[in-house]
Amino acid sequence: MNDRIALPPAGGAHLVVLRNLWVHKGGSPWTMALFSVFEPILYLLAIGVGIGGLVGEVPGVEVPYAAFVAPALLATAVMNSALEETTQTAYAKFAFDRFYHSLAVTPITVSGLVLGEIAWGMLRGLITGLGFLAVVTALGLVTSPWVLLAVPAGLLIAFTFGAAGFLTAGYVRGWSDFQYMQLVMLPMFLFATTFYPVTVYPEPVAAVVRALPLYHAIELVRGPALGQVGPGLLGNAGYLAAVGLVCFLLARRRWRRLLTA
Amino acid sequence: MAVLNALIEAAGLEKTYPARDRKGTAFRAVAGVDFQVHRGEAFGFLGPNGAGKSSTMRMLAGVSAPTAGTLRILGLDPVADGRRVRARLGVVPQDDSLDTQLTVEENLLVYGLYFGLSRRAVRARAGELLEFARLEDKAGERVEHLSGGMRRRLTIARALINEPEILLLDEPTTGLDPQARHVLWDRLFRLKQDGVTLILTTHYMDEAEQLCDRLVVMDKGLIADEGSPRELIERHVTREVLELRFPPGEHEEVGRKLGDQVEVLPDRLLWYADDGEQALAQATEAGVRPLTALVRRTGLEDVFLRLTGRSLTD
Repeated sequence: MNDRIALPPAGGAHLVVLRNLWVHKGGSPWTMALFSVFEPILYLLAIGVGIGGLVGEVPGVEVPYAAFVAPALLATAVMNSALEETTQTAYAKFAFDRFYHSLAVTPITVSGLVLGEIAWGMLRGLITGLGFLAVVTALGLVTSPWVLLAVPAGLLIAFTFGAAGFLTAGYVRGWSDFQYMQLVMLPMFLFATTFYPVTVYPEPVAAVVRALPLYHAIELVRGPALGQVGPGLLGNAGYLAAVGLVCFLLARRRWRRLLTA
Repeated sequence: MAVLNALIEAAGLEKTYPARDRKGTAFRAVAGVDFQVHRGEAFGFLGPNGAGKSSTMRMLAGVSAPTAGTLRILGLDPVADGRRVRARLGVVPQDDSLDTQLTVEENLLVYGLYFGLSRRAVRARAGELLEFARLEDKAGERVEHLSGGMRRRLTIARALINEPEILLLDEPTTGLDPQARHVLWDRLFRLKQDGVTLILTTHYMDEAEQLCDRLVVMDKGLIADEGSPRELIERHVTREVLELRFPPGEHEEVGRKLGDQVEVLPDRLLWYADDGEQALAQATEAGVRPLTALVRRTGLEDVFLRLTGRSLTD
């Protein structure tokens, strides 16, 4: 027996993250962030600043419209970064690179693999969040120091959607299946209070919107960004944590079936 | 006691895959096999596609749980002790699963880390393995730029990063050109001499004859027979075989004429005899006029044909 071998702790999750870092080391974290914030910044300029000029201040919170939209776009950008890594990229690693198959014959466990990929999505989400935060600060849209809570909030959001993404990736049969994902993601992006408060909806619709994970993600970033920090945020965080945890457990079960049948 | 020295012991090993959906049926890939592999041996699974070789290999790799039977690897249960078993194995899968986005050397380094090796240890080991795989001048090259033979050698080098006691190779030379195969066989032979236990699957007869001390012939999830290549040949076929070819459609008729001693294949007749020339003389005497006639030594291909009633290239 080889005594230099000590089984990696935590199923080797950190080694999965390390491998992903090696693959990306060609591009610095800042170029990664640049690509991830490009789209949300266009939305911020077109809708936040552009249409914001017509809207003026948002009633109830009394801030310029762009400052109201920016936190929601931050939450969305973090969500998309985590999802990209755990859906399309993960599917390619599984189906084409056979990367997960090659891990399955090492001491890396399925738990380690799933945790590692979600952690990688969180790292990507964090980089995106910091990049977007820098841009909105430069644009003068930050109104409260509490906005820094967006950093831990972003990590939690990336965990929730990373776990949900990796669970989804376990059921993808081909590239065309990602269209179904778009069918869910686009409406959620448009209607989960990204561009206006939930109070514009009549009650039955508002209830549906409040069930969307992105709604809670936006609340969690928008409240502190606008200086409104209250116990309600714990409810949002709890909801996201619960969804993330359930998705993680289901993802682990699914990937175990896929890789160790 | 041979049993105590066995690195791998399988008894009544079965693998059944559940139906994919309600309309599907369960598929029994391995239908109850017994075998033992001893330290330092090169042990082969020979059989056509779908014989259950790869399923058996997945169970040996500690990746797939047996449906029934017992399996002990290095004295451990590969399901309960999966991580510890996998830490001591090297696996060369049928499809290359190298990290195409990393360089040749990085592939070895990161894989070593998966096994819990220290960075220092893995760096030293990677150097040795690059040399072993004859890839020293490709260390900084991205994997996508390697030829098929080089990729295979890198896959084998990668599987050796943890200095495994057992190396599992699933069809190691499928798809390689003859030259690349010979280079690979040479490397595998060296490993064997270093005391690594090799377990391989193949559907190439020459590969099995070259590399395996002992092999089992698998068909439809079962073991048809077991022994050294020489033993199997002696047990199942005569020393020589006469191959006769005729214009299409005439094989059946000539086969009837020559009687039970010949095996009728779609493209030729095989006449097993200790003296092939004498058989040819007999055939000529009986008025048979083949397009071509060839006398050759019998090999594993003939054993397989006898054991399963069909040729491996089916």
